[in-house]
Amino acid sequence: MSVGSATEAGGSLQPAGQEAGHGWGVEPAPLGLRAYFTCLKGIVWREILRYLHQRERFLSALVRPLVWLFIFAAGFRQTLGVSIIPPYQTYVLYEVFIAPGLIGMIQLFNAMQSSLSMVYDRETGAMRTLLVSPFPRSYLLLSKLVGGLSVSLLQVYTFLLVAYFWEIEPPLYGYLTVLPALILSGLMLGSMALFMSSIIRQLENFAGVMNFVIFPMFFASSALYPLWRIKESSVLLYQICQINPFTHAVELIRFALYGQVDWTSLAVVLAFTAAFLGGAIYAYNPSKGLIARRGGPGGS
Amino acid sequence: MNMVSEPNVKTEAGPALVVDNVSHRFGETLALNDVSLEVPRGAFVVLLGLNGAGKSTLFALITRLYDNVTGEIRILGHDVRRRASAALQRLGVVFQGRTLDIDLSLKQNLLYHCALHGISGREARARSKRALEFVELADRANEKVRNLSGGQARRVEIARSLLHRPALLLLDEPTVGLDIDSRESAVKIVRSLVAKEGLGVLWATHLFDEVEPTDLVVILHKGRVLFTGAVTEFLEKTGTKTVSDAFRALTGITDTELAA
Repeated sequence: MSVGSATEAGGSLQPAGQEAGHGWGVEPAPLGLRAYFTCLKGIVWREILRYLHQRERFLSALVRPLVWLFIFAAGFRQTLGVSIIPPYQTYVLYEVFIAPGLIGMIQLFNAMQSSLSMVYDRETGAMRTLLVSPFPRSYLLLSKLVGGLSVSLLQVYTFLLVAYFWEIEPPLYGYLTVLPALILSGLMLGSMALFMSSIIRQLENFAGVMNFVIFPMFFASSALYPLWRIKESSVLLYQICQINPFTHAVELIRFALYGQVDWTSLAVVLAFTAAFLGGAIYAYNPSKGLIARRGGPGGS
Repeated sequence: MNMVSEPNVKTEAGPALVVDNVSHRFGETLALNDVSLEVPRGAFVVLLGLNGAGKSTLFALITRLYDNVTGEIRILGHDVRRRASAALQRLGVVFQGRTLDIDLSLKQNLLYHCALHGISGREARARSKRALEFVELADRANEKVRNLSGGQARRVEIARSLLHRPALLLLDEPTVGLDIDSRESAVKIVRSLVAKEGLGVLWATHLFDEVEPTDLVVILHKGRVLFTGAVTEFLEKTGTKTVSDAFRALTGITDTELAA
């Protein structure tokens, strides 16, 4: 392994006849709009590539909700009757009822994986590579969110395609009207995870995140059972479900899948998105943020 | 500040890196205590310090993971805090940990980095290709990073850090975990850049044998800079023959502490 040979042979990094303004020692131009777009595109492209290349992640993202749909829902179907509640106009199969919840679950897992993984594994390094880019930090975080969101949209539509053959047949326009809802819920969950990635350093592995974040959020929501059912058994749990942002993400998706808007959920999701995003941007701000105080991520 | 005042002429003044009276505190611990150092252009500066000396904190501040509260850090005259974008455009970093995406190809990794610096299209592809040629890995451009050895991955990281043609290159313990051959080749690549492109390099390490007689050294110990200057001065000042002896003499630590 002799690296010297190339350099000794005159292997300069600078191509011959390099135009002025592109060389070493020359101040680069300030970053223009096009550069901003390049940066966003690069970050989104990387997230999608990584997702497609990690076969396990691709499969588990798809298999997880399908297991719920094929097995859990099938078993539960007889036990739990769902009465006619909006947006459904007839009695629906239990599978149909939990589909929006499972979509929410896909987005929740994806958000946690893409954002929170930065806390503890070698992605810590990837985060630092990202943050050393000359673009404003809030822009980098937003781009990162859009990247994670793109992956989650990919996952959700793959799930909806498979679910279609399992009698989850929302109206055709529903596939389109659900998109804005998915974007909002994805942004909310993504910014929540991003915010958490900056303040939580104790969660050593994904199991911890599952136990303390994903499971409570998922089960204390309207994903698996209608809220009126929960109210019958425990008013306190009902109230918890109502303040759980995940409930509202699920309801937003549920109504949007049938071309309707649940205004309350929309307002709640918007408010939480703004709060989490603001929190994340604050936490990652180099002078005010929590990272500065804690010396992380990756700090010694 | 000695910025040139001519209108419409952009000139970047000053050394590649200036760290001026920087202190940093985490809660009660003073991680950096009034640290000052300088990396001139075209100089290879070795930042010597044991684990926990404050090297990582210093690097975190220079790369603006978080801001310095006191003092000033300037890259080619650009204040890292006030003109972060301009400063970071001129900075290349090789982090201590592995930071490549192992499931992506070498080329994809480099193109991603180009995008992070706003470089796209043909220009990005050309730069990536050249950078890989430079570290002699061009023939593996389409392979996944997963298939590379530790030393090869390090070379890719060095290639990546050069894509946006920085004036200052920071390397945080770049040879840790590499075999002797890989270590040598990494050092050689970076030294050739200093000679040919006039890059300023700050090379953090705790391995004394990576210091060459012509280098500048900065000794960081328990958050304080104990010495900055040429290696020859360092030996003279301490009255020793080797860098490791000089380091022991200066810091007063014992061999057992050094081994730990």
